[in-house]
Amino acid sequence: MKVGLLYSRIRRDEKLLLSELRDRGHEVAKIDVRDEQFGLSDPPESFESVDIVVDRCLATSRSLYITRFLDAYDVPVVNSAATADVCSDKVKNSLALERAGVPTPATEVAFTTDSALETIEAFGYPCVIKPVVGSWGRLMAKVESRSAAEAILEHKATLGHYQHKVFYVQEFVEKPGRDIRVVAVDGEPIAAMTRSSDHWLTNAAKGADVQPFEVDDRVRELVATASEAVGGGLLGVDLMETGVSEPDDSETRETGSHADYTVHEINHTVEFKALNDAVDVDVPAAAVDWLESNVERGTEATV
Amino acid sequence: MADMITTEDPLTGEEIEIPADVEAGEIVDSPATGAELEVISVDPVTLEEAPELEEDWGE
Ligand SMILES: Nc1ncnc2c1ncn2[C@@H]1O[C@H](COP(=O)(O)OP(=O)(O)OP(=O)(O)O)[C@@H](O)[C@H]1O
Repeated sequence: MKVGLLYSRIRRDEKLLLSELRDRGHEVAKIDVRDEQFGLSDPPESFESVDIVVDRCLATSRSLYITRFLDAYDVPVVNSAATADVCSDKVKNSLALERAGVPTPATEVAFTTDSALETIEAFGYPCVIKPVVGSWGRLMAKVESRSAAEAILEHKATLGHYQHKVFYVQEFVEKPGRDIRVVAVDGEPIAAMTRSSDHWLTNAAKGADVQPFEVDDRVRELVATASEAVGGGLLGVDLMETGVSEPDDSETRETGSHADYTVHEINHTVEFKALNDAVDVDVPAAAVDWLESNVERGTEATV
Repeated sequence: MADMITTEDPLTGEEIEIPADVEAGEIVDSPATGAELEVISVDPVTLEEAPELEEDWGE
């Protein structure tokens, strides 16, 4: 098959994908989004004769528009424009999870500093403020007092661009010092890991310690439902364990029992290098298996 | 060790060594300064300072 890989940076994730594709003898067109121009009716030349495009754009804005263009040109793209739309925005993400009946942290959105402060006071301390767009734990705030809340809101209102005036406030989940990342294709887990840190942000990009995680039936069920809720695809589903007996105790937190999980986020251009290093599963190989089956299905559908 | 090639650091003009199997678009860390460099072309390899991360970047 011929795969178009849309990118603006080739990171280790993209490199792993590229080598897997080439090793299997697939033709790969690397498409640097920065060089392309998109018209309304016909795809740019670089997209000619590709069987499927893999969107690996780092910039959300680019990813959102280009997947729309590809839809309009009838060029198959993963993940889809609809999935990118829901996953790139934390508000849409939360709404989709709630609607699908997937447990997700209690969240409220307010549009002025006054109403946001009311929301925060109602949640109590600590609670969390997140930017609606963004990643890698950047610009996330754990709010521990009213005076901190006031300062953060004022900063956001004064210094941020308009998206920071959408105040996304969330309950603080007393997780056991770690969260769980599951990478799945159309709801079927490929592999999973925990990300542990003494900091409340446990992003791998922030240097959290990663360990393989064995997917249990409940996680499997939640991942399937969550994936469907955002339109499927190659996704990173992030969960936290809830109802942990002693979340602050580092001895018990790794082994301690918990009541359930809550899904805080689904990522649509998922990074998998950390996961690939942490587990025995060959993550890029599983991703390429899935791409191949996508193309096969697409070909069957058109004959 | 992977094969290395020698090329010029665009920020300092120093000779630096980077892996021989880099691809266009790849980001490498300069062994001289630690700065992120983007591979603009291969054969011969030319590097430029990588663009800054933007706020809407992420996974
Ligand atoms: N409500 C919460 N309560 C406690 N911890 C949280 C909460 N929400 C997020 N976290 C922690 O903060 C980290 C980052 O959260 P989140 O995934 O929402 O941010 P992000 O910047 O979108 O990250 P990503 O790179 O996964 O897209 C998570 O790994 C988790 O450990």
